[in-house]
Amino acid sequence: MPEFRKPKSLTDVPFHYCPGCTHGIVHRLVAEVIDEMGIENETIGICPVGCSVMAYDYFTCDMIEAAHGRAPAVATGVKRGNPDKFVFTYQGDGDLAAIGTAETVHAAARGENITVIFINNTTYGMTGGQMAPTTLPGQVTQTTPYGRNPNVEGFPVRVCEMLATLSGVALAERVTVTDPANIRKAKAAIRKGFEFQKNKQGFSIIEVLSTCPTNWGLSPVEAMKWLKENMVPYYPLGVFKEGAIR
Amino acid sequence: MERNLMKGNEALAEAAIRSGCKCFFGYPITPQTEISAYMAKRMPKIGGVFLQAESEIAAINMVYGCAASGVRCMTSSSSPGISLKSEGVSYMAGADLPCVIVNVMRGGPGLGGIQPSQSDYWQATRALGHGDFQILVFAPSSVQEMADLMSLAFDSADKYRMPAMILADGLLGQMMEPVTFASDEIHEHTAAEKPWAACGHGGKRPHNIINSLYLQAEELERLVVERFQRYETVKGELHMAEQYLTEDAEIVVTAYGSVARLAKAAVDSARAQGIKAGLVRPVTLWPFPEQEVRDACRNAKRVLCVEMSMGQMIEDVKLALGCRLPVEFFGRTGGVIPKPSEILEQIKALNAKEAE
Amino acid sequence: MAKMNVDFEVCKGCALCTTVCPKKIVVISHERLNPKGYYTAECIDDDACIACAMCAMMCPDCAITITPDGGDK
Repeated sequence: MPEFRKPKSLTDVPFHYCPGCTHGIVHRLVAEVIDEMGIENETIGICPVGCSVMAYDYFTCDMIEAAHGRAPAVATGVKRGNPDKFVFTYQGDGDLAAIGTAETVHAAARGENITVIFINNTTYGMTGGQMAPTTLPGQVTQTTPYGRNPNVEGFPVRVCEMLATLSGVALAERVTVTDPANIRKAKAAIRKGFEFQKNKQGFSIIEVLSTCPTNWGLSPVEAMKWLKENMVPYYPLGVFKEGAIR
Repeated sequence: MERNLMKGNEALAEAAIRSGCKCFFGYPITPQTEISAYMAKRMPKIGGVFLQAESEIAAINMVYGCAASGVRCMTSSSSPGISLKSEGVSYMAGADLPCVIVNVMRGGPGLGGIQPSQSDYWQATRALGHGDFQILVFAPSSVQEMADLMSLAFDSADKYRMPAMILADGLLGQMMEPVTFASDEIHEHTAAEKPWAACGHGGKRPHNIINSLYLQAEELERLVVERFQRYETVKGELHMAEQYLTEDAEIVVTAYGSVARLAKAAVDSARAQGIKAGLVRPVTLWPFPEQEVRDACRNAKRVLCVEMSMGQMIEDVKLALGCRLPVEFFGRTGGVIPKPSEILEQIKALNAKEAE
Repeated sequence: MAKMNVDFEVCKGCALCTTVCPKKIVVISHERLNPKGYYTAECIDDDACIACAMCAMMCPDCAITITPDGGDK
């Protein structure tokens, strides 16, 4: 049995996230992949605006904090100027699928050699739990107090399915982190994304269905259950596109 | 040194390349498209990057990322596009990142028009984005100066770690004039010159963080105050203006950019009619060359500020002169270019007032 | 030393680790609060622990270290 320790690519700074928030699991998986590929020295991470805004304090690689939604554009700038370095963005659903939709779609369409880690927890966590582009129909949030009504607020965006239609995308995969088996799959997907990047084979996005126990008003354990019962049916897990674009 | 006949916009682009600009991120907008077109042609040949972004917002954020990684890079646009870039400019100022932004101004507000204008002076010198900050602003008045100031803009942006703007207008952008570049070679710059850059730490240093978020009010205040102390250094070191016949001038015209050329012609005509007129032309708009303007007006009785706007730089002229002299304004806006004859009439009117 | 070690200062008591232990020996201890004000996780039967690291994989705070040889370094 191997040892299990905090990966080297994470700093000693404790996460500021709420108890049970899955950001911490996904941070660790990204860091484990960076460790295993031995690429910390040549990796630049881009943080979003949202709960993970301070991810720059947690990763030991060079980090850049982007404006809300602009991480894929910032990553494009870094990557185009440094094509041999590894560049990843870490973004939430409001950041990636609302205010940053254009940046996301066009970075994907261009086939930018970057890896996007997309945290979908159906809510704007940092600002206190407002409706996100991925909030489920009927879901109560601070700004949908009677539940999201598709007749008024429209429908949630399935990001992986949408991006899978673009020729620039090498990998669009949806995973979750509700249990060790899924955590292993999530890590494998993140690894795949970085491998596509390593081989300059196109844009990769790994959507991680995540929890926000605090804003959902559930315990961390209940939140995992809610995710499985409500999010997975609407956002099916799996690979939506896989294959080098060039 | 070879002399080339070039459009202002092309001279800007070529000068940027020779200054070591490696990446250009832009979005099409009239009247600056020649810059993008030139970059699209040249960049691949020098191992650089030209990328047409999906929006002005994306373009400036690409510049943000590229600059954060220590690479010399730029973007260019025109007035409405610059408004869109303001988010990224504020973030760059907050993260102390250098870059060059070109604004080939057109008439506004809103979609406005596509004819030359100077109505973005306030935007450039006062409020290109939210927060307490300044950017460097250079205002060329000839194709040659488009080239010269581009090089200075890149060097100054790197030196002071702040965004720099070339504030031009459609008249200069489209104008063809001979230009000589300071160097026939490309000046190479690497991230090694920027120990703060986030370009992968290579295991040789702690990780660099490029950021503008500071949740502790005292810490943010300290950083902003430090930045403003740096601005004071910039003010002491970087202030440029051209003076023309100001030695004995009683009527001093202030104008920048292309309008200064028209004003110069009007000053010549006034002189021919026996009026002691002169011109002072700010070349740096931020920092504003206050001392030069005061100096140019040392014998002045009246000052005339001419702009292609409703009067924006006039505020800085008045501040520089400290209400010591009456400052009058003449401007055309919306893309209408003032004629030298119109400016001459204004000079003559001021002279007549003075004689009363 | 135990095979499973919880960083008392870092653990936020979210209890996700308790849901995945195949031996059902990871629990939230209600004996004392940590400096952050949380009751933290602990292994109640070190001999039964198989060092599978499921609990550590589940932990959002990297608060769990697994040392199969029992020697925490």
